[in-house]
Amino acid sequence: MMSTYTYPKYPYRISSEQEAGRLVRHPVVVIGAGPVGLTAALDFAARGIPTVVLDDNDTVSVGSRAVCYAKRPLEIWDRLGCGERMVERGISWRIGKVFFEDDLRYQFDLLPEPDHKMPAMINLQQYYLEEFMVEECARQPLVDLRWKHKLLSLQQHEDFATLVVETPDGVFSLEAQWVVACDGANSDTRKMVGAEFTGQAFQDRFLIADVVMKAHFPTERWFWFDPPFHRNQSVLLHRQADDVWRIDFQLGWDADPVEEKKPENIIPRVKAMLGPDAQFELEWASVYQFACRRIDRFRHGRVIFAGDAAHQVSPFGARGANSGVQDVDNLGWKLKLVLDGLAPETLVDTYHDERALAADDNIANSTRSTDFITPKSAMSRRFRNAVLELAQEHPFARPLVNSGRLSTPTPYLASSLNTPDEDAFAGLMAPGTACADAPVRVDGKDGWFLGLLGGGFTVVTFGEAPLGEVRAGGIAAPVLRIGIDAADAKGRLAERYDGADGTTYLIRPDQHVAARWRSFDPDKIQGAITRAIAA
Amino acid sequence: MLHILPADAHRHDALIRSPNIPDPDGFYEELIESQRLLTDEAAQLMNCKLILLLANHVGDRAVLTQALKAAGGAVK
Ligand SMILES: Cc1cc2nc3c(=O)[nH]c(=O)nc-3n(C[C@H](O)[C@H](O)[C@H](O)COP(=O)(O)OP(=O)(O)OC[C@H]3O[C@@H](n4cnc5c(N)ncnc54)[C@H](O)[C@@H]3O)c2cc1C
Repeated sequence: MMSTYTYPKYPYRISSEQEAGRLVRHPVVVIGAGPVGLTAALDFAARGIPTVVLDDNDTVSVGSRAVCYAKRPLEIWDRLGCGERMVERGISWRIGKVFFEDDLRYQFDLLPEPDHKMPAMINLQQYYLEEFMVEECARQPLVDLRWKHKLLSLQQHEDFATLVVETPDGVFSLEAQWVVACDGANSDTRKMVGAEFTGQAFQDRFLIADVVMKAHFPTERWFWFDPPFHRNQSVLLHRQADDVWRIDFQLGWDADPVEEKKPENIIPRVKAMLGPDAQFELEWASVYQFACRRIDRFRHGRVIFAGDAAHQVSPFGARGANSGVQDVDNLGWKLKLVLDGLAPETLVDTYHDERALAADDNIANSTRSTDFITPKSAMSRRFRNAVLELAQEHPFARPLVNSGRLSTPTPYLASSLNTPDEDAFAGLMAPGTACADAPVRVDGKDGWFLGLLGGGFTVVTFGEAPLGEVRAGGIAAPVLRIGIDAADAKGRLAERYDGADGTTYLIRPDQHVAARWRSFDPDKIQGAITRAIAA
Repeated sequence: MLHILPADAHRHDALIRSPNIPDPDGFYEELIESQRLLTDEAAQLMNCKLILLLANHVGDRAVLTQALKAAGGAVK
């Protein structure tokens, strides 16, 4: 196998506390430096929390894992200083094609809405994603990223936890007011707190291969159901950076994972697909069985779970890393307010309420996709094939084709942190929804609306405001006046937020709508802030 | 031709359970005849397509759920 990528080896360093044999209590310790743990570190540090990250390894994710990242996670990474680099390095795509047997049955266009900074979707190998974040962590003085630190055990106390960690220099202990477990689907931390992790494993296997080729294929997502080169199974072809292509071969339950992983068995499959003359080299291959599972509670005492440690989904729809990143986006500001004594500890419990809802939504979506791709009975296979055959001629059948519903954020419409609308609004920006971006102009310079949010609570008002900030308890929310502090460069803010003179939004630190009104009422804003911090 | 609509035909929220096909014997014959030359497997696939086409034609989610129940499906 060849390699287009050289895995970095990050240096292990002994920590001063281990060296000195000193027991130190940290505000937050993150377990695991995968995409979710790294995002957590950057988010927490951006909010002013000194964050220790422990990872048992010393490099990035090895082999073929995540490929597609959606707009909302890209916006989060952009806030954390690495989104632009990911988009630059990644491959943007819009067109998806669906084939059944010998023929193209239909194609779709993601048709991204214009005037958003971030694209609807990019493709990028997971190792690049992690590498960029590791580099960003090195620039953040509040992030203390420690390689070759394996969590061995954990003990919970009233308001902190004690962690026993193994490094090349031996075993030592440290304490944390909060532990954020981002140690993946096989989370050791989850076992240490005795949490349940239940759901279903799908009776199917997939060969996931990364292939290097200069291909004539366009930059599109191609999905085959039952193609002539791989009968009775599905195949997905997707482009990544560096002329690396991802190919997923569905193998069925009876396939032997050890045999299937051998290059001499993979290469004929790829040749059958690409044709006998195709020039390619295999970079990596793994065989997976996919599952959908969720932890019972996202918080166990002082330990909070995020990413794959909290929920596992089959990859159809690219919801794994995408949703894990949104977990920590939801958590960071809550932890900061609780650590600062500005919000009650119950605010942390709303992390479970909001993100368990999102996890259930993601699991439901990827289970539906899996049921379409791997029908569980002869009858459900007939329905699946009927949909595919009808799709070519009859437009009605196309929305029924499910080769993965690509990740979009789950709005927290019923969250207890929302202040319900008392005025009428059109559009999508109901309380609990992630804010839509839009182009703005500030001091004569072009910029983006989301770039003006996310430091803390923000009051956004269309037109004049009686105050420069609204205070509630120890929280100060600055007022951003659209049309004065920032111009609505293309009118998209008014359109997306149904904004008219006086329209006022309270935005949470994670860029979600907390409340909105048709006029600026400081008392109501204050009440909504109090509600949004569970006080 | 005089075509009298059944009383509940205009109510979009209820599955029509009273006779609504003007030519029941003719329709039934056409249905059976349309599959006469098909193998069991081909007929099953055709039935699936037929269900999907008709479901889309009905379009009303509540009515579709009622139909699934009336047909004996395990519907919550
Ligand atoms: C084939 C495939 C395709 C996928 N495609 C997509 C996609 O397109 N888009 C998408 O969003 N997601 C996708 N995913 C899912 C994505 O890879 C995961 O959701 C993501 O890696 C989860 O990140 P994480 O940080 O939660 O966990 P992980 O990436 O698993 O990271 C966990 C980290 O914790 C460390 N660790 C574990 N135990 C300990 C311990 N005891 N002490 C210290 N450190 C520890 C590990 O070394 C690791 O670095 C795909 C997955 C697969 C398998």
